[in-house]
Amino acid sequence: MRATATLRRILARVWPLVPVLGALLFTSILLVVFDTSPFTAFEAMLDGALADPAKRLSVLAFFVPLVLSSVGLLVTFRAGLWNIGVEGQIILGAVAASWLALKLDVPGPLLVALELLAAMAAGALWAALSAVFKTRGGVHEIFSGLALNNIAIILTNFLISGPWQPPEGGTFRGTAPFPDKALLPLLGESRFSPLSLVLAVVAFGMVLVALRGTFWGLKLKALGKNAHSAFLLGVSSERETILAMMVCGALAGLGGAVRTLSWFDSLRQSISGGIGFLALLVVMLASYRIFWVPLIAFFFSAVLNGSISLQLRTQLHSSLGGILTGVMVLFVLLFGDAKKLGILPKKKEPPDAAPAVSEPEMRPIGSGAPGND
Amino acid sequence: MNESELIRILSSIMLQSAPLIIAVCGETITERVGIINLSLDGSMLMAAMTGFVVGLKSGSVWLGFLAGAAVGAFFALIVAFGSIRLRQSQVAIGFVLTLLGDDLSAFLGQNYTRIPGELVIRRGIPLLEEIPIVGPIFFDQDIVVYFSLVLVGLTWWFLNRTHPGLKLRGSGERPEAAFARGVDVNRLRYLYTMLGGALVGVAGAAYSLDIKIGWSEGHTRGFGWIALAIVIFGGWSPVRGAIGAVLFGATKALATFLQGAFPEVPVVLFNALPWVLMLAVLLIAGSNALERFIILAPSSARPSLRRLLRVRPPMALGTRFGEE
Repeated sequence: MRATATLRRILARVWPLVPVLGALLFTSILLVVFDTSPFTAFEAMLDGALADPAKRLSVLAFFVPLVLSSVGLLVTFRAGLWNIGVEGQIILGAVAASWLALKLDVPGPLLVALELLAAMAAGALWAALSAVFKTRGGVHEIFSGLALNNIAIILTNFLISGPWQPPEGGTFRGTAPFPDKALLPLLGESRFSPLSLVLAVVAFGMVLVALRGTFWGLKLKALGKNAHSAFLLGVSSERETILAMMVCGALAGLGGAVRTLSWFDSLRQSISGGIGFLALLVVMLASYRIFWVPLIAFFFSAVLNGSISLQLRTQLHSSLGGILTGVMVLFVLLFGDAKKLGILPKKKEPPDAAPAVSEPEMRPIGSGAPGND
Repeated sequence: MNESELIRILSSIMLQSAPLIIAVCGETITERVGIINLSLDGSMLMAAMTGFVVGLKSGSVWLGFLAGAAVGAFFALIVAFGSIRLRQSQVAIGFVLTLLGDDLSAFLGQNYTRIPGELVIRRGIPLLEEIPIVGPIFFDQDIVVYFSLVLVGLTWWFLNRTHPGLKLRGSGERPEAAFARGVDVNRLRYLYTMLGGALVGVAGAAYSLDIKIGWSEGHTRGFGWIALAIVIFGGWSPVRGAIGAVLFGATKALATFLQGAFPEVPVVLFNALPWVLMLAVLLIAGSNALERFIILAPSSARPSLRRLLRVRPPMALGTRFGEE
């Protein structure tokens, strides 16, 4: 008996690694099918991500908007909201920042501050649309978010091929580069702005305090766990839904500004490039635990930056990075919980004990606003 | 616009809408049994890629469709297994599969982009295609269009007029009651989720083998999400869903027409039309706007109008069933 108990304890410790190794195995098999040695490929990815300081700074520059959006999503997930519209909120932030960068002529630091504020406001408003469609129109946030994402992309294309086209003629590539004073101060030759990292750290701290240390965080949790009892407790589902979405939208918009003012130097067609969707994966892989979010966001940034240089070196499609991260999240979702699989015995919990991991409760898609039946 | 041109546009709308109709019927079946398969966009991409490659290698479109169906059913199986056996969130798994299907199809299909392959041949139905107006629109098409039309009727009949269909709906509305009457709810959920997924796969393959022939990265991106929205617009009814899919196809044709009529409006803005329409339609379906409209009707007509226009999800949609 003692031996099996010890074995079980070891298994419980090691188990979280199993889905991760499974994802590596899956990707390796794919590589072998495509006549590439997995070791060469993973080494190329690692090299491409972290080999020299320039590459590490590039990973960091990719990491900042990703972590900003992920931290924002923690707020919406806590309120039980599936904010797929985060991608569009990033884009709107980038659009607002670009607008000021192109049109406003004020001293540098003031301009940058205004750009960042405008980006946050635009992201928050775009998110508020989704929230109001949900609370007033009974439209699930997944679908409004999706439509708004596509509308945001079309808006960007319209701007860069029309009103904001570069003087030498409109292309679908982007606007003319912004003046230097409109950009975030960059570190050396890299595209990394230390200021943006500071902002991300501040955002992380604020969300941590808001979720763990304020009554508002508790209200969001009540709303996410059980909308009906939250309603009975007097939590205004409409107010908190809109607020949570706006906080997430503001952070995503800030991320969009960082993309356009440091990763690029202009508004581009693929200004977000799927960072919002990636952020959703980050938060899911972290099982909605805030301290895991920056670690996983950094890992994802390294994998995706690495897979771009993998494509340059081996001609393999760079979607391999997306496959590795996607399969990892899928396997963790499916097989991450040894107790649900029946490999480890379920612990008997007292009936009112809260589960350690708070998973947003599902509401049927297409049903109206919470507590509005 | 003369008559023959109008007929040509309408017949092209039917062709363009056919895969959407098939996907909408599939997802409607899945959701009526109580499961949300959110992975449509990814599984359609995978099915489109697989269908195209299998068609190319085997020289048979039928094997291409079969392969697409198998891929769609497999994606659906992951959603069902994750939800029923592993008790995980259907939305989370579906969303991850959406992104994964996109990346996997881009990677696996990387050597097959922009090359010619097998394609479905257009074949009119004798006699029926001779009927004026209706004939050219519905019966001078190809097998994908005929299949989509038959499927709508078949799905409606199966759901509403057969005993297995009743069990299906029972599992999605009141699983406890269905269980008490001897229905193996979870078995049916596996079965119909996979059947719906297979249809979604057929729809994906229909794009690469018929509507948008060939394969390229992100070939069908967006259509899966639109199909999911149309299921809601259709109020979980295959007939209304099919009408929604055709209306959606019509807006695309309308956008092309408007571009010609208003050349001074930038072309890109017309691309937003389907998405704006999707939002508007969901808003009408989700809010009580319809109820306000029904009140205007004479009181005797209200109940039937309400039944006609009602949008109510299956009561147990997205929930798990099983003894704790």
